[in-house]
Amino acid sequence: MKGKIVAVDGSLVVAEMEDRVVQNSVGYCVRSDGTRLLSEVIRVRGQRADLQVFEETRGLRVKDPVEFEEQMLSVVLGPGLLGQIYDGLQNPLPQLASQVGYFLQPGVYINGLVSDRRWDFTPTAKEGDTVAAGDTLGTVPEGIFEHRIMVPFTAVGGYRIEKLVGAGSYTIEDPIAELVAEDGSTLPVTMQQNWPVKVPLSVARQRLMPVDPLVTRVRIVDSMFPIVRGGTYCIPGPFGAGKTVLQQITAKHAEIDIVVIAACGERAGEVVETLRDFPELIDPRTGRSLMERTIIICNTSAMPVAAREASVYTGATLAEYYRQMGLHVLLLADSTSRWAQAMREISGRLEEIPGEEAFPAYLESRIAAFYERAGALELGDGRIGTLTIGGTVSPAGGNFEEPVTQGTLKVVGAFLGLSRTRSDARRYPSIDPLDSWSKYGGIIDNEKMVRIRRLLAHGNNVRQMMTVVGEEGTSLEDFTVALKADFFDNVYLQQNAFDDVDAATTAERQQFVFDKVLEVIDLQVEATEKKQVRQAIVVATDLFRNWNYAASDSDEYKGWLEKIDQFIASKGRT
Amino acid sequence: MRKYFDTIQRIAGNVVTVSADDVAYDHLATISSARGDSLAQVIRLEESLVSLQVFAGSQGVSNNDRVRFLHKPMQVPFSENLLGRVFDGSMRPRDGRGPVNGEPLDIGSPVVNPVRRRMPDEMVETGIPMIDIFNSLVESQKLPIFSVAGEPYNELLARVGLQANADIIILGGMGLRHDDYLKFRQTFEEGGVLGRAIMFVHTAADPVVECLLVPDLCLAVGEKFALQGKRVLVLLTDMTAFSDALKEIAIIMEQIPSNRGYPGDLYTQLARRYEKAVDFDEAGSMTLLACVTMPGDDVTHPVPDNTGYITEGQFYLRNGRIEPFGSLSRLKQQVNGKTRDDHRAIMDSCIQLYALCRESREKRDMGFEMSDWDRKLLRFGTMFEERIMDLSLNLPLFDALDRCWKILAECFDPAETGIRRAIIEKHWPVPLS
Repeated sequence: MKGKIVAVDGSLVVAEMEDRVVQNSVGYCVRSDGTRLLSEVIRVRGQRADLQVFEETRGLRVKDPVEFEEQMLSVVLGPGLLGQIYDGLQNPLPQLASQVGYFLQPGVYINGLVSDRRWDFTPTAKEGDTVAAGDTLGTVPEGIFEHRIMVPFTAVGGYRIEKLVGAGSYTIEDPIAELVAEDGSTLPVTMQQNWPVKVPLSVARQRLMPVDPLVTRVRIVDSMFPIVRGGTYCIPGPFGAGKTVLQQITAKHAEIDIVVIAACGERAGEVVETLRDFPELIDPRTGRSLMERTIIICNTSAMPVAAREASVYTGATLAEYYRQMGLHVLLLADSTSRWAQAMREISGRLEEIPGEEAFPAYLESRIAAFYERAGALELGDGRIGTLTIGGTVSPAGGNFEEPVTQGTLKVVGAFLGLSRTRSDARRYPSIDPLDSWSKYGGIIDNEKMVRIRRLLAHGNNVRQMMTVVGEEGTSLEDFTVALKADFFDNVYLQQNAFDDVDAATTAERQQFVFDKVLEVIDLQVEATEKKQVRQAIVVATDLFRNWNYAASDSDEYKGWLEKIDQFIASKGRT
Repeated sequence: MRKYFDTIQRIAGNVVTVSADDVAYDHLATISSARGDSLAQVIRLEESLVSLQVFAGSQGVSNNDRVRFLHKPMQVPFSENLLGRVFDGSMRPRDGRGPVNGEPLDIGSPVVNPVRRRMPDEMVETGIPMIDIFNSLVESQKLPIFSVAGEPYNELLARVGLQANADIIILGGMGLRHDDYLKFRQTFEEGGVLGRAIMFVHTAADPVVECLLVPDLCLAVGEKFALQGKRVLVLLTDMTAFSDALKEIAIIMEQIPSNRGYPGDLYTQLARRYEKAVDFDEAGSMTLLACVTMPGDDVTHPVPDNTGYITEGQFYLRNGRIEPFGSLSRLKQQVNGKTRDDHRAIMDSCIQLYALCRESREKRDMGFEMSDWDRKLLRFGTMFEERIMDLSLNLPLFDALDRCWKILAECFDPAETGIRRAIIEKHWPVPLS
């Protein structure tokens, strides 16, 4: 299938085809120096195909040839994905660096998996078994996981295992099984398979209701706005409010098997931080490097815009693949606004009729379809695998009334809205405790949480009133409420992401600290003057802050706890 | 081979459309008109029609003028001889000296592979406490200065340029007033840095489109020096003028505008420039400081807004001061943990207390009674503004930290600062009770 370029406009190329073409299939625009630029068919009109080019189009000319392929834009799935750093199209960046140096040269592509590495395969099925798509044939160890080698997800109906290799060491290209369908056709199986990124990968008995809390070890999230395994959440916030830091600490500390980070159209520096940090960090739950449970998809803002659009799908597909093994996977997309902007750019070049703020009319349905790729699945053999998706949103001007934020809010299960007021006052994480919401259940008893929500709302009202009537015009009772709300904010909701201890709080510690905080809040401080109340709260805040910085069960920890207990016993008199 | 095309089909705004074959996207052409020769760049190919943006503008171009295609992208001759020189947005010397010869360098080079970037970890000390303590500048960082017309942003930029420890300084001026250009030149000359500086200056009097190339020229040259192991500081002013030029071209090309007339790819265009800031693995670095004037002092305007999402923080310059709120250096965490153990604590505590002071001021201004706590905060606020926020200060970091401790001790009890006990015990400048 061949064609010729007739127009070039930014990342959009129009080609005239000689014969048929498949929508969303891959095409290569061939520059006169022979460089082949990867592109995807995104519209077909008569004999003309519109292609989005995943590279800079500099140097392309009218009449340059285009070579089309049958297959849609796909990724390769198999052992060796974990710990990798890919660009938006699954080219491994470290290998590109050793091949072409400092810069990403257009037209240089490398397969996502290493073809000559050998893996120790152990069969779990046996010859003669009947299997279907997604069933496990055997496993290979991949870092800390048992990587399941599965029947290709594209397989339709039942198959009989005609041949299955014994335990041994194989590459991803070696045949390991031969399956025979009912109609007698054969299906050879290797340890790798391809899957088109824009098609959700979900082979399961049924989709389950996600209920199991995903502990991120960020107190305000786990306690107030919980996330569940298989759920979805979004983090909208203006620039500088701490979206990326929140995503990074989630990636580090979340209690989950695998994290896929899709850095989409964001700063290269932030990715570099993750690249350099993660291999050094030890996952306390496994004792191994964090990188062993991480895949990084990195399409930074300077990289070509079309590849940015593909990068979130690449991330989702790799995450879904590990969910098929019965693992719990978290996909962090940062930022979905950049992905939406990439759609807007392409849509503009296609001269489609624009919707609000020039975003395409299909923006909302694309966002919905993306988040719907999350979910908890009961797999063929009864195991459960989940995919949680958390996306940041970067609304223009920090105003949530814009299409991407609104389109996202409709489809997610939790909304962690970041507030500029809070970040300006260095109250991190700057998740707004009054505006945010979650539809999921968390680790703190709901009744207690309702009381805290009331306290925060009440305290906020009093604060607002106080700016009008002043401190002297506020009753002692109201004043105390406002200070207690501040106290909760200061010692529980705020967390220092750069302190080794305070950055991550386990569920048990959260529950324990929460109850202690509640004891202080319930304390009837015997005071006749506002000064006394303030003094008591200052002391309590100081005690709890120091306690938060002390490692669990250390002597320091016990010391501060003792002082807090004394404080409570003395009813705040100091 | 010289090939001329005489069939200009359309002249609209600064875009000229000609029919021609065998022309590559993004490559250059020259248009010879009664006004002289001008460079032009291919910005769209459609069958045999080629749209060119004309850097000198289309005024005076006639439909039978000659267009010659150069069959190469925009290039800049690279050599050491660039140092000390001044050019305009089309690479013509502005200092009355002859052109520079050197190795031709394509502008708009490919993206740096993230795995070949280093984690930046070198602090750039500026002697300005509002930068050094609260928002440290880090080598390879890209930071904008958000400001409004009338503020001394160019002065600040020049001053950072003078004091920062960089091997090479590259200034890119876009829409610069001629006086400002002369002032930069004078400052650099007097500061003795002109010999290691290169200036690409587009003034407000020059054709608008010419300013589009200024950032690319600066960054291409800077990148090459960085690859040779140099530590480069690029100063750009004003990126809003650059964005407005982008807008102009996009509208003429009938692109659908996304927000206040700016093209949908504004973010991408800006990111491609800002992301050139880099710390190369086993080579030099390029740090980028850019002025962005905010029309109407509105940070939600598309230019500052998109910029804020790309850059690693921002400084707000208002009333001649770097605002403590909103100003942010995202990379400061990479460096301020290893300066001195109290650096972060001072940084957090002073800002939180200063925020509270602002609330107390509001209360006071509305005529409410001040509590003891309010009075403490007010006292702190005044001292902080006078002794720390002043932009004309030139203090080494440790002295500035000590000065903060002194102010805190003069105003508060240790527990009121919110600083953890261990740090207080070590640094509180007066004996603890």
